[in-house]
Amino acid sequence: MKSNSLLNIALVGNPNTGKTSLFNQLTGLNQKVGNYPGITVDKKQGRCKISEYLTAEITDLPGTYSINPTTLDETIVLETLLNESNNSYPDLVIVVAEVENLKRNLFLFSQIKDLQFPSILVINMSDQMIRKGITIDIEALKRELKSEIILISARKNLGIDDLKREIENYENWNTEPIANISDKIDTVFFETIKTTFPEFSLYKSWLLITQQKNCAFLSSELYQKITAFNPDSEKVKKYQHKETIYRYQIINEILKKTYAVDKNEATDLRSRLDKILTHKIYGYIIFFGVLMLIFQSIFEWASLPMDLIDSLFANVSELAKTNLPKGTFTNLIAEGVIPGIGGIVIFIPQIAILFLFIATLEETGYMSRVVFLMDKIMRKFGMSGKSIIPLISGTACAIPAIMASRNISDWKERLITILVIPFTTCSARLPVYAILIALIIPDERIFGIFNLQGLTLMGLYLLGFAAAISSAILLHNVLKIKTQSLFVIEMPNYKLPSFKNVFYEVVEKTKAFIFGAGKIILALSIILWFLASNGSEKFKNAAEYVTTQESAKHLNDDVLNKKIASYRLEHSYIGTMGKVIEPVIKPMGYDWKIGIALISSFAAREVFIGALATIYNVGSDGVGSGTIKERMAAEVDSVTGEKRFNFATGMSLLLFYAFAMQCIGTLAIVKRETKSWKWPILQLTGMGALAYIVSVITYTILS
Amino acid sequence: MGDTIANLKIGEIGIIQDFCLDAIPLNLLEMGCLPGKEVRLLQIAPLKDPLYIKVNGSHLAIRIETAKQINITKLR
Repeated sequence: MKSNSLLNIALVGNPNTGKTSLFNQLTGLNQKVGNYPGITVDKKQGRCKISEYLTAEITDLPGTYSINPTTLDETIVLETLLNESNNSYPDLVIVVAEVENLKRNLFLFSQIKDLQFPSILVINMSDQMIRKGITIDIEALKRELKSEIILISARKNLGIDDLKREIENYENWNTEPIANISDKIDTVFFETIKTTFPEFSLYKSWLLITQQKNCAFLSSELYQKITAFNPDSEKVKKYQHKETIYRYQIINEILKKTYAVDKNEATDLRSRLDKILTHKIYGYIIFFGVLMLIFQSIFEWASLPMDLIDSLFANVSELAKTNLPKGTFTNLIAEGVIPGIGGIVIFIPQIAILFLFIATLEETGYMSRVVFLMDKIMRKFGMSGKSIIPLISGTACAIPAIMASRNISDWKERLITILVIPFTTCSARLPVYAILIALIIPDERIFGIFNLQGLTLMGLYLLGFAAAISSAILLHNVLKIKTQSLFVIEMPNYKLPSFKNVFYEVVEKTKAFIFGAGKIILALSIILWFLASNGSEKFKNAAEYVTTQESAKHLNDDVLNKKIASYRLEHSYIGTMGKVIEPVIKPMGYDWKIGIALISSFAAREVFIGALATIYNVGSDGVGSGTIKERMAAEVDSVTGEKRFNFATGMSLLLFYAFAMQCIGTLAIVKRETKSWKWPILQLTGMGALAYIVSVITYTILS
Repeated sequence: MGDTIANLKIGEIGIIQDFCLDAIPLNLLEMGCLPGKEVRLLQIAPLKDPLYIKVNGSHLAIRIETAKQINITKLR
């Protein structure tokens, strides 16, 4: 008995079997999301007390129909089960099946059994057996599968204790394989495999041979041994086909003896709902309505908590400034760290609301219908119906959106989706848009109903989608990647969403954002603060320089202090950087101060506002007075005396932010997901060039 | 003869005869779309693609290019 160490349990199962519900029941909030070493897919793990003496570390593996992967997510299942040196290599496997489609679930179970793990079959949603007219002879099924079986209902928390009790006994489980693939397919061939890899189960060796390209973890020695086999791909396909047929033969035999379903199905809710939700007119109207609802809520519901967070952090910063002893450290806290954390926290309401909707829609089964409805349209743009969810998520944050593209099996469709996501208007652009619109667009109504500012914001959203779609069309025609469509999606049964599952999903996604993107934003705010409050020799002796320069004018202290502060900013490190790029950004209508904000927001857009706040704050007299907006409105061009943020400059900035790729987090995630620098660099330069050209043209025409 | 899943009308059922292995994704086979199985066409997406089928107890959506590769005989 493994007494001192943790028991590693892998949770495997088809999608929509309630695997995640079981995971949530077993682990509660005791979950963490980590990364698989080498690859970036999130690993969901949680602790569970099996008995007084036994604690288990449970890994919730992505849902899959087979160990043979078709998407990146599914590759994780293969890797976890084959790579003995990974630290979540399971001591035992729980296979979650659903009572209604037991046949297909047993296919996966038979593969796991053949890998000879101690494994247990958990049949979920057993409470629905009577309603669906299903009877299972559990004792007979146990005998036929040579396995332990537990009936549960994860949502109702039934059978979980039975499962834990059975797990205690895992060392006595039968680990014989179910399917004897060698005899049924090619005895000679498989005998050679057996003798070459005596240390592995036959099925494992076969998987290693057929899935070489998905097994990055192999040692070079083993890799050579495997490539020595190199059966041609036609043979592999033929044998996989035979294997599949053979497995279903066995399963059908078993189920014939143990499983019965009364064909008189009750009224078919599924087909009636399908007829409406995928209808050629109503289907699109409903989908459009759902989209509107999501966007509306992101704005409406999130604005109150966002305002609260904004003023809360402003107050805390003010409080820190007045109450802590004066000095560099206090400045760092009050002007660097606190606003930095505020800049992260402010996005939580929008991200949480968005994922609340997405998780709910996925739970109900509606998302698959959207994929079905939109696939043909999206293909015209070189994407897949499955691209819809990432593109919608992109309106919150591109980082989780790009990760959501992992279930697109076609590489070209996935790549295009990843490349165009950053055009969708993410929530980091919102504060920038909001403040610029407030500055340059009058708060008036046209036709008595439409608010001009609201219309501009909507226009920018549409512009983002239009840019995403047009660049997708362009990429579709330019990228010469030939792929064969692997598009198969399951249309799951409709069901009521489980509050618990939705809640956990929202918590997980929000946490992933805070700890992923948040770290970068915080780090940058601190760097920015440092660059603005340090500088060359002229910066340090600003007071002397200014006093001598202006000595003839007999200025009062107040004006003099302002002059010193702005002189200081000009000669800080960041001021110097702003001056350096001024010639380049002049055609867009910006001066070096906006240049500073541009440089800082290159890493994350929302830093723009914070940077301007810092600049105009530092630039005045060091004491904040009025809101950022008031300070920006008061700013004038030192040469012409015109307002700094006039219509031309404002529009040029808006469009620049609509198109430019200013997010280090996104670039990093694209690099990881595409395993190449080529694509993030393409995004950076392509989007940057587009933004620059559009802004220059806009400014030239408007000014 | 010469029917494929793409020729089915909504509600019609066919029996899978054969297909070109190279043209069919392995996961479709693994979900039970195999020779001898019944396929019923449940629905067609508004722009005629993808197709929504029921095969071997699974409800699946596949693209028409895949459906055209799967030969069937219609049940009447």
